[in-house]
Amino acid sequence: MSGSVVDNTVSSGNSSAAIPTDISGPILDLDEDDDLEVFSKDTTLTDGSSFNASMQTSPASMINQYKFEEEEEEVDTKDIFVTVDNPESHVTAIETYITYRVVTKTTRSEFDSSEFEVRRRYQDFLWLKGRLEEAHPTLIVHPLPEKFVMKGMVERFSEDFIETRRRALHRFLNKIAEHPIFSSTEDFKIFLTAESGELTSHKKQGPGFLSRMGETVKAVAAAVRGVKNRPQEFTDMQEYVEAFSQKISSLDKVTQRIVREQKEYLEELKECGPIYALWSQSEEELAEPLKTVAGCVDRCTKETEEQVKHLNDHLNPVLHEYVLCADTLKAVLRRRDNIQADFEAKTEALATKKADRDAMRDDLDKTEDRLEWANNALKSDWTRWQKVMRNDLRSAFIDTAESNVSYYEKCLAVWESFLHSQRTDAEENGKVDFS
Amino acid sequence: MAEKGTNLLKKMEISVAEAEKRTGKNAVNMQETYTVYLIETRPVDAPSEGTNPVPDSLWRRYSEFELLRNYLLVTYPFLVVPPLPEKRAEFVWHKLSADNMDPDFVERRRVGLENFLLRVASHPVLSSDKIFYSFLTEENGWKETVFETGFQAKADSRLKALNATFRVKNPDKRFAEMKHYGDELQSVISQLLRVRALRSAAVVQCESLFVLDSEWSAIEKEMGDGLQSAGHHMDAYAASVDDILEEEEHYADQLKEYLFYADALRAVCRKHELTQYELEMAVQDLTSKKQQREELATGTIRTFSLKGMTSKLFGQETPEQREAKLKMLETQIEEGEELFVKSAWVDVERFKEQKDHDLREALISYAIMQISMCKKPLAPDALV
Repeated sequence: MSGSVVDNTVSSGNSSAAIPTDISGPILDLDEDDDLEVFSKDTTLTDGSSFNASMQTSPASMINQYKFEEEEEEVDTKDIFVTVDNPESHVTAIETYITYRVVTKTTRSEFDSSEFEVRRRYQDFLWLKGRLEEAHPTLIVHPLPEKFVMKGMVERFSEDFIETRRRALHRFLNKIAEHPIFSSTEDFKIFLTAESGELTSHKKQGPGFLSRMGETVKAVAAAVRGVKNRPQEFTDMQEYVEAFSQKISSLDKVTQRIVREQKEYLEELKECGPIYALWSQSEEELAEPLKTVAGCVDRCTKETEEQVKHLNDHLNPVLHEYVLCADTLKAVLRRRDNIQADFEAKTEALATKKADRDAMRDDLDKTEDRLEWANNALKSDWTRWQKVMRNDLRSAFIDTAESNVSYYEKCLAVWESFLHSQRTDAEENGKVDFS
Repeated sequence: MAEKGTNLLKKMEISVAEAEKRTGKNAVNMQETYTVYLIETRPVDAPSEGTNPVPDSLWRRYSEFELLRNYLLVTYPFLVVPPLPEKRAEFVWHKLSADNMDPDFVERRRVGLENFLLRVASHPVLSSDKIFYSFLTEENGWKETVFETGFQAKADSRLKALNATFRVKNPDKRFAEMKHYGDELQSVISQLLRVRALRSAAVVQCESLFVLDSEWSAIEKEMGDGLQSAGHHMDAYAASVDDILEEEEHYADQLKEYLFYADALRAVCRKHELTQYELEMAVQDLTSKKQQREELATGTIRTFSLKGMTSKLFGQETPEQREAKLKMLETQIEEGEELFVKSAWVDVERFKEQKDHDLREALISYAIMQISMCKKPLAPDALV
């Protein structure tokens, strides 16, 4: 593609412009099995950036172009690197659980040293997330992998499940580390550096049960009241989140179905190769081509396995996380609304009630500050979140496209080599007509 | 063989051009719907300039093809008779109902029937059969002609004999090997046909491409990058998926033909076994008769044979007459067997060559199909 493809459209909160509602139709229709032809000929999309077909047409180079453009934007210097790996099982009298090794390497001055290694369990991650949400109710915290999904026959301690979870935890921590505000919280620092004992005692501090209850009651009351004068930008945000949520959910569903079907296809493909090999044993003239075909099928089987793995390990989890993100966004918007509702209620109260005016005014001011703070926080985090989301999804699709291209190219080569071998044979023996 | 039959295809073009539905009353006077197929024949050396001779044509239904084939099977038991397309749709791959009225099924059957006729017409021996010729040229009265050959009676008795279990004492090694090969071929091809791998491939690839592409343009549109043409190219791709599915079916049909050929091969072996068995029985009979006569002559009864006693009691021929008869029978069977074996063996060689050639081509088109399936997602306009 010619020209720069820098993402400079949606700046601050003006997200209403860019939601294509016409594509969500076809995408949602995909839930039906036979509807492969239901899609819009999206001619509205033909804007200036037309694809010039005379340019380099090799698939790999096209993908490289996207990647290049992407990398141009990322000039951040990271000063903290976090990894999650090495799951281990722990057995106590009461329970069995898994811990993960969390390694931190950093040059930040607020850290006592430059390298840390601790072990954490899922509960600890949950705690961290909770703390961050409490402290910053209108900031967007990346979701954690779900607690335990009773999906089919997945066992809590199956290798696949643990590995998937490990990857998700790794992504979670990295998102926190990249967040301008979260990464500088005390809780995050303690999570990364404290020994288990230290962490446990730190966990015990923090707002008590009663105060948390109080917050919940307030929130419920506010929710019941509802917001009267929500600023337009937040309504726009809500609409965007609705649309996004629908779209990402259907993408998630469809991708999962694709993976399922590819797995089924793979199972059957696995049977194919050996059958051709078996057949070749009964034949004379045909033995050689049959054996070659068997080899080709086997190679394609391997490639298909890799491709399925890629979808399963890379594309799927990302899509799934953004499904969870959509829920997070809705919660964030709700919390903001609650704060505003609280403010509105208090404003009304001040106007009507006569007693305790000073105290109430004080409270109102505090609430007003709180609201303003919440709104600003959300606005800036919203922009940041969108940028990150686009990046993530884009990378995921580019990677998948690359993996697909490689898959098809390899399979293509496999069969072409078979044809070639038959041609050489035929020419030698003057047999087959290739017209 | 001493002389080669003329290859009918050198003299006339044969095709099964159309299929039509008919309704009529059947044997039990009930209304039924069935399909008839139009067989067209045209002499090869028709003057090419100007004249476009209307081909001769007649309509036949599937059961008539079956009758023809059964006739050929009985009349030429030592030949590998080309198979008919399947009677009912088994091994359905693409959600075809097993309905014989389904247009796709009918079309594929039409192709299969034409293929059958062409194979018979290009066979050195079968192509010169008169019944076959009249099948192609005489619409009325053909059935009666076939029945007049009396093949039915032969068929019945052969069938009975074939279905009975019998064991040959000294099986011919070559035929045993051939039968074994037929078994293996049948097994392998059935397994291949059962694996639905081919079917899913195209569908899955199409879907995955579609989704990734529309996801892509959805997100990209959001981002304002303006990548487009998702809809446009998917149109083209969806259309080509139909082509792929058709090619898969074609490959399956090619496999199926040889699945049924394997059956025909085994049938030849079985028939040979029967012939051999009869020969062995005749020899055995003759030997025991000789033995009995000897015993009677020398007065020693070594073995008690009920058969021997009853024939003594109820037989009207002299032992010598019977013996002569048996000897003649034995000679007949021997000669028959020799001829059978010789003809069978020539035909098997011919069949082998044909099979190797056809299956090799099938494998090559399979590879070509795989290649085109891989190329489609890689086409430049497909990626963006």
